[in-house]
Amino acid sequence: MSTLKYALFTGCTAKQSTPELLSSTLAVAEKLGIEITILEEASCCGASHLQDFDEFLAHVLNARNICYAEKLGMTMITICNTCQLNSAMTKHALDTDPDLKARVNEKLAEVGLEYKGTSEIKHFLYALIDDYGLDNIKDKVQVPLSQFNIAPFYGCHNIRPSELHHNANGGENPYNPTSLDRLIDALEGHPVDYSHKNKCCGFHVELQANHTSEVLAGNAMVDAIDNNADLMVTPCPLCHLKMDTYQDDVGKVIGRDIELPVLHMPQMVALALGCTPKEIGLNFHVQKATHLYPETA
Amino acid sequence: MSTQTEEFEPFNTDEIEVTRPDTVTVTLKTFRFNAETDYLPYYKQYTMEVGKDELMLDLLNRIKWEHDGSFSYRRSCRHGICGACGIKVNGKATLACKQNALELVALFGNELLIEPQSKKRAVKDMIIDKKDFWDKHAEVKPYVVADVDPHPEHETKQSIEEFNKFLDSDLCIQCGSCHYACPVVEVNEDYLGPAAFNAAYRFTVDTRDEAGRERLELTSEIGPGVWDCVKCFECAEACPKDINPIEKITKLHNMQFEQGVAKPNVATKHAEGFLRGMKKYGYLDEADIVAYSEGYLGMYKHLKTAMKMMKAGKIHWHSGIPFIDSVPKIKNLDEVQKLIEISQTHKL
Repeated sequence: MSTLKYALFTGCTAKQSTPELLSSTLAVAEKLGIEITILEEASCCGASHLQDFDEFLAHVLNARNICYAEKLGMTMITICNTCQLNSAMTKHALDTDPDLKARVNEKLAEVGLEYKGTSEIKHFLYALIDDYGLDNIKDKVQVPLSQFNIAPFYGCHNIRPSELHHNANGGENPYNPTSLDRLIDALEGHPVDYSHKNKCCGFHVELQANHTSEVLAGNAMVDAIDNNADLMVTPCPLCHLKMDTYQDDVGKVIGRDIELPVLHMPQMVALALGCTPKEIGLNFHVQKATHLYPETA
Repeated sequence: MSTQTEEFEPFNTDEIEVTRPDTVTVTLKTFRFNAETDYLPYYKQYTMEVGKDELMLDLLNRIKWEHDGSFSYRRSCRHGICGACGIKVNGKATLACKQNALELVALFGNELLIEPQSKKRAVKDMIIDKKDFWDKHAEVKPYVVADVDPHPEHETKQSIEEFNKFLDSDLCIQCGSCHYACPVVEVNEDYLGPAAFNAAYRFTVDTRDEAGRERLELTSEIGPGVWDCVKCFECAEACPKDINPIEKITKLHNMQFEQGVAKPNVATKHAEGFLRGMKKYGYLDEADIVAYSEGYLGMYKHLKTAMKMMKAGKIHWHSGIPFIDSVPKIKNLDEVQKLIEISQTHKL
């Protein structure tokens, strides 16, 4: 297999509150021989909130990010579902609306850039599954995850709206997604089947509708726990932040003791490929996985 | 029937490649409940041979006609226009009269879970009490509000561009698919929901209408309004008319700012506040956005979380000095600053 090369759009969280997401992504890439160029020029995607304030401005800024992947002639990979959604929405909007594309390019020209539409945008999860291949990952497993029941939590913005993501996510069915399940299976873990795997974690209304946010996260976590999950894994750092950082508060609102380590997808892969829990920053989680990995205490 | 096929044989059927078998054995695990007699709902299984042209509505009819005459569901037009036959199949919002059954078998396998749009509102089998939907829909004044001259001298004309603004949102058939797919509707009983927001948008952008500001004010309230949307895109996925309600929700958000309806509060400041970090660093400033949105007094709610995050090493001081420049800077930050300056269309 020829070497896979990607331009990595880190997003804000991997550069701030979830540094373990970036380090584990780079660790996985190194183990698998995937070449990654970090787009250090890329800005925040707006996280769908800037879009609420000023949609046009958000398109301009996202188009600028994509320009830098285009300059490298690479596919842009994301490690956050919301970065994936907002970048893909801008790409879709500009590729289908020549008038909007012209208006955006008029702004970009002021800083010497031009959006062309030549780079694909996909989440690292689907780069691993569809480009690298599950069989190839399977061959590289050094520490099988066979002692764990792992609840896959997909996160909305990789699977909905399905038409937008169809080409980038292997045609995942938003009502019955399977990619994370198949990945867990390839790492010899036991995927937990539970009905909230494709539901919303409530992160985006954490501030203004706290109760809604806690209930949505709680419903998903309790469902996973009731189906014997030892840990949860998600490709989205925002889902991770909601379910890890606010786990105590969520438990209080739901009326249940919740203790569930929430791993980033690349952390799970890195563990199976032989990285140590420390190397991939399991100690950076609020809800520690000390009962599974005592060395992270 | 048979004489007709003998008379007309327009195709040589041998040349048509049939990839799907003519019938598939399908088990319908069906939600049953009668609010007048049952303490709890239960599921009954009906197994049948399903043909490739059969719709979900045909299967509902067959349950009633071939298995149990008491099975109840709403149906009327059979043309995807009355919005009566909305159900959920394996959790997927489905308009029964538009949905080919074997397409769902391809998605979910040979056992289909047939449920009403909202189990907690079930009255009898697939029939639910849609009162909350209709009340919320009515609340946004889903009609043109205007002083109409009873003796007009000319028509109230609209340009193609004006008409196109609400063309797709006007296709809503009030089936409730998006409303009952929305997780916020289930948690927050004040929340108006995606169908009501779509209607609010449709009439607010109508140039003949005069109640736009009133609708924007209603939908800007925290609790019932658009700011409680969790951005899960369930509504976009659910709509059988491809309306994409969340796109209209984003437009309502933007219009609230454009028309000066948005008041500074935790939600609006959270949206606008993204620019604060982006101007300084290119990235969102995670700590600043919380402080700015909540106000420094409101920060006390987040102190406990902040302490936990700090303890876990989730809060970094990029500069090495606590509370100063905790965020790294992107390369070519001046480009982002310039683009914000020349592209921003309005202010809070």
